[in-house]
This record gives sequence, structure tokens and C-alpha cells, in this order.
Amino acid sequence: MMARKTFDEHSIWWRVGADFLQSRVAVAGLVLLGLVVLAALAAPWITPQNPYDLMQLDVLDARLKPGTPSSAAGYTYWLGTDGQGRDLYSAIVYGLRISLLVGIGSALIAAVLGTGVGLLAAYAGGKVDALLMRLVDLLLSFPTILMALMILAYVGKGVGNVVLTLVLLEWAYYARTARGQALVETRREYVEAARGQGIPRWRILSGHILPNCLPPLLVIGALQIARAITLEATLSFLGLGVPITEPSLGLLISNGYQYLLSNEYWISFYPGVALLATIVAINLVGDQLRDVLNPRLQK
Amino acid sequence: MIGLGAWLLRRLAQAAGVVVLMTLIVFVGLHAIGNPVDILIGDDLNQQERLQAIQRLGLDQPLWRQYLAFVDGALHGNLGKSFVYQEDAIRLILHRLPATLELALAALLLAVAVGVPLGLYAGMKPEHPLSKALMAMSIVGFSLPAFWVALMFIMVFSVQLGWLPASGRGETRALLGVQWSWLTLDGLQHLVLPAFNLALFKMSLVLRLTRAGVREVLPQDFVKFARAKGLTPARVVLMHVLRNTLIPLVTVLGLELGATIAYAVVTETIFAWPGAGKLILDSINSLDRPVVVAYLMVVVVIFVALNLVVDLLYKLLDPRVRLEGAR
Amino acid sequence: MSAEEVPTLDVRNLQTRFHTRAGVLPVVDGVSFKLHRGQVLGLVGESGSGKSVTGFSIMGLVDPPGRVEGGQVLFQGRDLLQLSNAERRALRGNRIAMIFQDPMATLNPVLRVDTQMIEAVQAHRRVSTVAARAQAADALALMGIPSPAERLRAYPHQLSGGMRQRVAIAIALLHGPDLLIADEPTTALDVTIQAQILSEMQKLVAERGTSLIWISHDLSVVAGLADQIAVMYAGRIVEHGTVDQVLDQPLHPYTQGLIGSLPSANSKTGRHGARLRQIPGMAPNLLQMPAGCAFAPRCARASAACATMPELASTPLDAPDHQVRCFHPGPALATTAATA
Repeated sequence: MMARKTFDEHSIWWRVGADFLQSRVAVAGLVLLGLVVLAALAAPWITPQNPYDLMQLDVLDARLKPGTPSSAAGYTYWLGTDGQGRDLYSAIVYGLRISLLVGIGSALIAAVLGTGVGLLAAYAGGKVDALLMRLVDLLLSFPTILMALMILAYVGKGVGNVVLTLVLLEWAYYARTARGQALVETRREYVEAARGQGIPRWRILSGHILPNCLPPLLVIGALQIARAITLEATLSFLGLGVPITEPSLGLLISNGYQYLLSNEYWISFYPGVALLATIVAINLVGDQLRDVLNPRLQK
Repeated sequence: MIGLGAWLLRRLAQAAGVVVLMTLIVFVGLHAIGNPVDILIGDDLNQQERLQAIQRLGLDQPLWRQYLAFVDGALHGNLGKSFVYQEDAIRLILHRLPATLELALAALLLAVAVGVPLGLYAGMKPEHPLSKALMAMSIVGFSLPAFWVALMFIMVFSVQLGWLPASGRGETRALLGVQWSWLTLDGLQHLVLPAFNLALFKMSLVLRLTRAGVREVLPQDFVKFARAKGLTPARVVLMHVLRNTLIPLVTVLGLELGATIAYAVVTETIFAWPGAGKLILDSINSLDRPVVVAYLMVVVVIFVALNLVVDLLYKLLDPRVRLEGAR
Repeated sequence: MSAEEVPTLDVRNLQTRFHTRAGVLPVVDGVSFKLHRGQVLGLVGESGSGKSVTGFSIMGLVDPPGRVEGGQVLFQGRDLLQLSNAERRALRGNRIAMIFQDPMATLNPVLRVDTQMIEAVQAHRRVSTVAARAQAADALALMGIPSPAERLRAYPHQLSGGMRQRVAIAIALLHGPDLLIADEPTTALDVTIQAQILSEMQKLVAERGTSLIWISHDLSVVAGLADQIAVMYAGRIVEHGTVDQVLDQPLHPYTQGLIGSLPSANSKTGRHGARLRQIPGMAPNLLQMPAGCAFAPRCARASAACATMPELASTPLDAPDHQVRCFHPGPALATTAATA
């Protein structure tokens, strides 16, 4: 009668996945996120225009309403055009690329960096730990947006610089979480047992403690990606992010600001919707991840 | 109460230390950003005039001497003159700070007034479809990019409906020597959109935090005991559930005020709200260093003060913490 | 105590179920007992046996996902389950009161003692705050708490565990209830305080004629206090009788197991120094209950007959008011029975 495995016999990742799929909302978020990522990856194939190629833009087609066919190129501007004649649909898809690249890229780098520092602090203990955590607390207590503005004023615009800024601001979250979780883990019995068996500390760290730190880091990571994407958009909006020739969603929205009062709303509206959809999707996934992974931590 | 006094002194000393450290970081950091001379003076001056300008602004001194001059000035209440406005930087900021404070406080008040009751409901009846709808909306609420929502607000309420003004602060009236706009109807109208915009994110946060807090408090024995005593449901909810939920919440909100003040930068820019946030953005772009330094100092002081007040508040509100030494 | 007198509490076939995502748990599955004025019932069982939830069900304090789904709870003739919420609330803390296990958790840590007592007074009587506070001070004094006025101004965490529980009892007794349900009130306290509280409860019951249900996992605690004992297992009563009947002549193997695992019981039966007997196996999982007797998997006497559910009935082995739910009731088997 016991041909199939019971719930508890599956691996932990399978169980996490199963629990995650319980929430229809989270699944919807995951699907939406998948669509966004696919669209971003397939950008050159699913868009009629490369919005970063100035040769393909026709400034005479600027500020056209959604649904207007283009004058020369033979396709329809489904979402209208912006002030430079860019097809908004193409610009949005390419803009998503930047948003995702910056968001996920910065989160990954910050995660690796931050986790490393956090584990180091937990491993070294004592003064090193105290010093590092003071630094982390200081960094985290200062308002992100102000720090971002200042760093960008120094390093200048550009995608790479935005990523750098985000990494500098985010690593502290991962460091604090990793350290906290590592300290909890070191007190657990299986670490005592491993030490009793003479396993060297670094191996305990990488083989036992690190895997157990992953759940909360994963949760933080998901939510940080959303924050990073929002922050990049905000910075670009304020003119401090990506260069104007390769607009990200934030810059597109900013460009549309001046046309709002003449009721040409689509230039700001649609990029915003795309941005919102992406962030909501990530937050939905991250939220469910947190609900699913947390009780496990207490087990 | 002696224990409290000693604790307070220790915290104040710590706070002062943080402020000093911050000024150092800020000063050094800013120095590295660039040489403002080039921005202000331009290329068409000859070398001689350029040198004179540099000397006048004190930029030719070694960095440590500049810093000491800065500290000396700070202790006398002088944080330098703005390169752009030729006014005392600190006076410039303090003149515009009330507008920012007004905005931040209004936003926080809105967030609490909406978020707490809704969060309470969602926490007490988590399975109700309304609760689930609220949670879903709260995710959208804190996913919204604030600057985009601001634009949408302007589009809908100002351009299309024409109900509310799109920018500026409107009329103000003086209270305690400071100009406030919430004291006039016109000012209030101008306040609505930016405050709401700033509040949206916080609202969702407060809702979720309240809900989480309620869910933690509700299953505890004392709630059951309160019901076993035969108390009315209203009293159980208000006196026991809400009260115990709010105590940790208050401390979070206090810290959020600081974040709100900082984040007002974006809202102020879009709504042309004449607060300190807009000033700082312009100053960073024009490398008006004294203003940036002065602003950061003010923000640090505000943050540290808020931290202190919040800690103090928590000690006062939670008798377990307050009376630790009084056994 | 005449036979026609309406019992203070008459529970008939009470059923409370918990609807969780994993399934429906029959936490209280057909519990019945009667309690007259001034009587004490000891409700005994392991954790998970449903004894606490029985108490909550009587009070109307079962939280979702639990729900009282069947049976009757007749309090002085009125079925509590049929009353409106307002009517139940009028009775709670007034005519029926309850105290819980952990007094630190029972009292709200951020409110003063007087606040929590005054609100209990004013919930059922229209009196001024001053009068309510006076009443509270009197109640504390009655519980043997010294300098009650000072205690009133204190916060719960400033009092000792025993003191807190006395405050909780004082609150419960403020309006002179006819029924008091005590859910493991001494489990979290020191043994000496335990004894004090036990004797105080005894006094109260004798003086006021309050009916008392004492819920516990420890038979020895209720032995000195109770008139009747009901042993619960997996949501059902498996043995029920007077305290003498159940303790001196336990008929259900589970009861015997409980008694056998008590150090004091060993001395009674002259088995000093002998190994403590443990009941083998684990507490039952309410999601995976066997079709018949719930105790069968752990029972040394289990047979094929045990695959159907035995009824709670009297046996020829003892008086008719001593009831047991077992196909093989009888005195404990010789020392060849379950060992540690």
C-alpha cells in the first residue's frame, strides 16, 4: 500500500516546492515572473524595433497614440511612442532587460559578498565580529536613497555604476542574516557532534552551516531583488541611473513626465505598469517563500 | 528611575559619537565627489581668478584642515555657506525642513489611520475573503514604484479630474513661528496628493505589521482569559489585543518616520514641494557641497534622535522592560 | 444532595472537532459526565487527550479551526451550546469561571493587576471603579495574599508564580461562580505552592459549594481533591467513577498504566524499589486512529475484539457507577505486564 512516498520522505526542496504551490496567488506570481523573464530574454525576437538603435527611430513618429501604425517601418505602435519616436512596447521589453539585469545581478553579487562577510563574522567571533556588525548596523541605519544619490554622484551614471551602488547598499542585509543564522546553527547539536568527530571548522561551515543559512537568505534575496529594481527605476527617474540612450523603465517614465499635462499619458503609464507587474510578481513569490520557509526554520 | 537616567546618558553619548563619525564620513566622501569650483566658476575664467575663487572658498587647504575648520564652524552653528545660494547652508535647510516634516508626518498619520484598523481586521479574521483581498492589495501597495504612482495621481486627479493641484505647497499660515500649510484649506489641498503618495507604501507595511502582530497576540492565553472573564468583545480587542500589538509597532513606526523623511526626496521633486528633499537633490547635482554636508548632518541628527526617542518610548510603554531593575 | 436535584453541570455526548488542512481531528469525541453542587471532578489524561478542549468547549472558548459540533452542555438545566454569544458572555466569569495553566501567560503582561481585576468586576456589575477596586482587594485578601493594595498596583511579572495563580483564581472567584474549571493550574508551579493552592481550592469548594473540574495529567494531584475521576484517552472517557473506585480498583489498562507509573503508587502496592512501569508506545495521532479501541495499539490485553469500539459501561467487577470502556477490563495483570 505504500508504493508512493509520504510527504515527509521527500527531500526538503521537494517539500518546499510542494508547500509553495499551495498558494494560488504565489503560483500566479511565479507564472507572471516567468513571463517577464522570458520576454526579457527573447527581446530581440519579439519586438519590431531595437529602441537603443538610434538609426531605427523616427523622430517624426514621436508621441503617437497607442495603436497608431508607424509611418515608415510597417508595424503598429501597439503602446504608442515616446518623445523620441521609440516604440513603447519595444522600449518596455528592452527596459525590462535592464531592470532584471540590474536587480538580479546586484542581488546575486551582494548576496555572495554579504554572506561571505556574515559567515566570516560568525566564524571569527570576538572583535572581528563586533566590528563587522557595527559596520553593518551603521550602513543599514542610514537611508538608502540618500546614500544611493551620493554614491552615484561620485561614480557617475551607467548601468555598471548602478549595480555597484546597489551592491554597496545591499550586502549588509545578507551579512546580518547570514551571521545571525550561522550563530543559531553553530549552537545546534549536530555542529557539536561534527566538531566532536574532529571535522575541521571550515568544512562544518561550508557543508553544514551554509546550506542551513540558505532559506532565510533566499527569502531576503527575493525581496531585495524587488527593492533593487525599484531603486534602479527611481534613480533612473531622477536622472542618476542609466544613460539616456538606453533607457530603463524608470527613465522612460521620467521622459513621459513632461507630456502628462498634455494628456499624453501612455508614455509614463505603460512602462509603469510593466514595472509594477514585475515587482508584484517578485514580491508575491518572495512572500510565499517566506511563509513556506519560516516554519521550517523552527522545526 | 536612576537606572533610566544612566541609560539615557549612555545613549546620548553613543548618539553623539555616531554623529561625529558620520560627519567625518560625509566630509571625506564629499570631498572625493569632485571639485565644485569647475561647476560654479566655469572655464572662461583665467587661471588667476580661478585660484582666487578656490582660495575664497577655502578649497586649497589640505583636507584635514578643511575638516577642522568645518568642525569649528559646526560647533558655532555654522556649517558653511551654500555655493549656489550664498546663504548659510544650515539656515537654508532649516528654512525648508518644516515643509518636509509636514509631509512626512501627514503621510505617517495617514498610513497609521488606514493601516492599523485594516490590519487589525485582517489579523482577527484571516480566512475572510476581505482579509485575503487586503493582503493581496498590500502586496501591490508596497510594490508600487512611488514615483510612478505620483505621476498617475497627478494625471488622474489634477489633469483629468482637476480636483487637486499638481504641484507646490499652497498657502501657509504661521504657528510657533513656522509656516505650515495644513492650517489653510488651500494648503491642505496641496498636501493631499503628495502625502497620500508617500503614505501608500507605509500603509501597506503598517497593515502587514499590524496583522502579523495581531496574529501573534491573539492565540495567547491572556486573550482567552480575558474572554473567560466575560469581557465584551470590543474590550478584549481594544484593551488586550490591540494594545499588546501596538507596543512593538510604535517603535517600528518611529523609525519609519526617519525613512519617510529621507524618501520624501522623490515625492518632493515630482510635486515641486519646497522641502529639504528637493534641495538636497539639486545640491547633489550642482555639487553644492556645504548644503549636502549640512543636510546629511541634519538627517543624521534626526535619525539618531528618533532612534533614541523610540527606544525611550519602548521602555516607557512596556512595563516588563521599564521595571527591570525595580524588583 | 437528592437525586432529583438538577446537576450543576450535565455534559452529554460532547463533540468538538478541529478542521485542519491535514484532516478533521475529533479532539473531543462523545464525552459525558455529571457534576453536582460542591462536587469535584478530576479530568485526567495525557496531553492531546482532549481534556483541555473539553474545558474550553464548556466555556465556549474553542478557537478556530476547532468547533463544538455535537452534544449538550447543560449548566443548571440550560444548554450552553444553544445560547447566544451575549448570554454566554453573561455567564462567563460570572457563574462559570476558568483558570489556566501558566499564570504568567494568563495575565496580560502590559496591564496592571488592578486594571485586569477591575475590568472583571465591571464586566458583570455596574459599580464604580473605586468600589470595584475595593472588591478586588477583598478578593485578593481572601486568597491569602498579603498587602493586597500594593499587589493591585503591580504588574504581573513583578509577582511570583504562585502569587500570580492566586490572582487568577481570585479573578475567577470574583462573582462567586457555581462552576470553576481549572486547567492544570498547578503544573507550572513549585511543589510546595502546589500543595498550598490545592488546599485552598479544597477550602473554597467546601465553603462555597462551587463545583470544580480539575483538569490534569497527573493523577496524584487530583487524588486528594476529587470526588469523581474521569480518565480521557484520544478524546474519549475510558474510565469513570468515584476517586476511590478508580484509584483503588482501576479497570482500564490505560488507567492502570497511569497509576503504575506513579512512584507513590508503587509504595502503596508494596512494590518499593521496583521498576517504574511505563506505558509503551506513543500518544495517539488523531489523524490516524484505528477503527476500534484507540488504546489497542499500546495495550497488552488487546485482542481481535478490540477492533470495534467498546462502549463506556459498568462491569460486574465493581459498582454500577464505576464505568469503563474496555472489552477486557479487570485488575492489573501480574508483574509480567508492561515493563519499562
